[in-house]
Amino acid sequence: MVVKSTPDIGYLHTGMEKLFEYKKYQQGIVITDRMDYLNPLGNNLAYVMAAEKLLGLEIPERAQTIRVLMCELQRIASHLVWLGTHALDIGAMTVFFYAFREREKILNLIEAASGGRLTPSYFRIGGLMMDLPSGFERRVQQFLNDFPEALEEFHTLLSGNRIFQKRTQGIGYISAEDAIDWGLAGPCLRGSGVNIDIRRTNPYTGYEKYDFEVCVEQDGDVWARYMVRMREMKESHKIVVQALSRLQPGPVKADAPKVVLPDREAMKTHMDALIHHFLIVAEGFDVPEGEVYHPIEASKGELGVYMKSNGGPKPARVHFRGPSFVNLSALPQMAEGCMVADIVAIIGSLDIVLGEIDRCQVSVKTGYQTDTRHLTPDIHL
Amino acid sequence: MSKELENKGQTNVQAETTPSNSVTPSPLVAALRREKPDWAGEVIEAFGEVTVIVPRENILEICSYLKTAPGFEFNFLADLCAADRGPEEEPRFEVNYHLFSITKHHRLRLKVLLNDDDPHVQTVTGVWRTANWHERETFDLMGIIFDGHPDLRRILLPDDWEGHALRKDFPLRGFDARRSAS
Repeated sequence: MVVKSTPDIGYLHTGMEKLFEYKKYQQGIVITDRMDYLNPLGNNLAYVMAAEKLLGLEIPERAQTIRVLMCELQRIASHLVWLGTHALDIGAMTVFFYAFREREKILNLIEAASGGRLTPSYFRIGGLMMDLPSGFERRVQQFLNDFPEALEEFHTLLSGNRIFQKRTQGIGYISAEDAIDWGLAGPCLRGSGVNIDIRRTNPYTGYEKYDFEVCVEQDGDVWARYMVRMREMKESHKIVVQALSRLQPGPVKADAPKVVLPDREAMKTHMDALIHHFLIVAEGFDVPEGEVYHPIEASKGELGVYMKSNGGPKPARVHFRGPSFVNLSALPQMAEGCMVADIVAIIGSLDIVLGEIDRCQVSVKTGYQTDTRHLTPDIHL
Repeated sequence: MSKELENKGQTNVQAETTPSNSVTPSPLVAALRREKPDWAGEVIEAFGEVTVIVPRENILEICSYLKTAPGFEFNFLADLCAADRGPEEEPRFEVNYHLFSITKHHRLRLKVLLNDDDPHVQTVTGVWRTANWHERETFDLMGIIFDGHPDLRRILLPDDWEGHALRKDFPLRGFDARRSAS
């Protein structure tokens, strides 16, 4: 029986919030990839949208649609890792392999678009790194055709499994009031019957135009959180289908030559494009003074970016409100009174990623500093 | 005052260009001005967001009020973080409370300004329990002391760590860079 539990975190510290203050805005994007490493595109989006808010940039329609499309694919990928590892923790090994098989397809798509599988840095301040490669729509369509069947497979393996049900139903209960009080977000909050989804309440990057259901379950236990995520994958599938049909040709970068890197072709023929490119890379761009807090609905809940600018090419302060960090803080509330073996199930149902919880420091708990230079190579975005 | 006006001018431009991510702030400010005029002295509206700078002594009272008062209902503390303006600035620190309402779906930022020689502010863990870890993180990395916090220990850094890493006068690679380089 668990009498008291105290999470002890900080073992995956990488000094990110400090690093942001020493990097230009566009260089910060590569740091965000490494935070919640299962949802890098979501992190990219939150970060670039905060900067875009400060700059007052208007993002072209096509770029917004691609952002939605990629983010929802990423959400499915993130949920698939959760599904595989959550089941594995409880003792169901088979699901893990099937979940990772599907995730692999999404990573291939992300790689095709951005060149990176786990660290895409695909969204840039003012738009995208580049347009989608040719034939991308067909590949996404292929994934979309296959995915519902895979989802059914997961349901067959887990949802109907008596052992899995016994391990999850009625375990790790948290009421709606407590969930709000503890600041739970995303599927954990919706699993307690609170109908909140930032894509709906404060829509961003065009989510208001998409038709999807906010998945809510009333029970507040591990099973409810499981069902929310399973249903969410279906909804994400629905959003990707819609995004694909909305995809119209057009520019993918904002018309802001002082912020957005010019196209290669333009650089070869236009003197001013070359100058802008040089200035952005060498000196960065000035961001007006001010502060913003930009929340998005990441796969794990509310991912908020607080960005403060004093003018100049580097931010004065960047803070991430990581959903994993906040969700984990409620663990003692859920764990107390249950069996020790249930802790694994509860932690799995919170879907935490330690990279996001420990965002901030320069050392592991040895007291020695680790070299963080490799984290942010001085590549020019 | 002139800065406030400037920011307001900016808001109008922003409203057309930025993607909508918040409700129109004006009713919120008007309601706050009407209900509690002494708290809403300095209000900054910029980038579609509302910031209210509140006196340090009142923060607990204000949070308790805003959590339950009809029309506000900020029952969800989305985030709590601090920023360092630099060792030469006075007041040096700002603590930001990002409030969200589950029922009304609006957002508000409260800001408390603190001096370098007295970085104390009352805890709000009694209002929202989620503030517990946020305040511990802020204490750990920025050295803000939350009076009345039930368990104000370091959370991300080791207990014997010296200094507060996110302060502007803390070097990026630490005070002990030479040892780590070897």
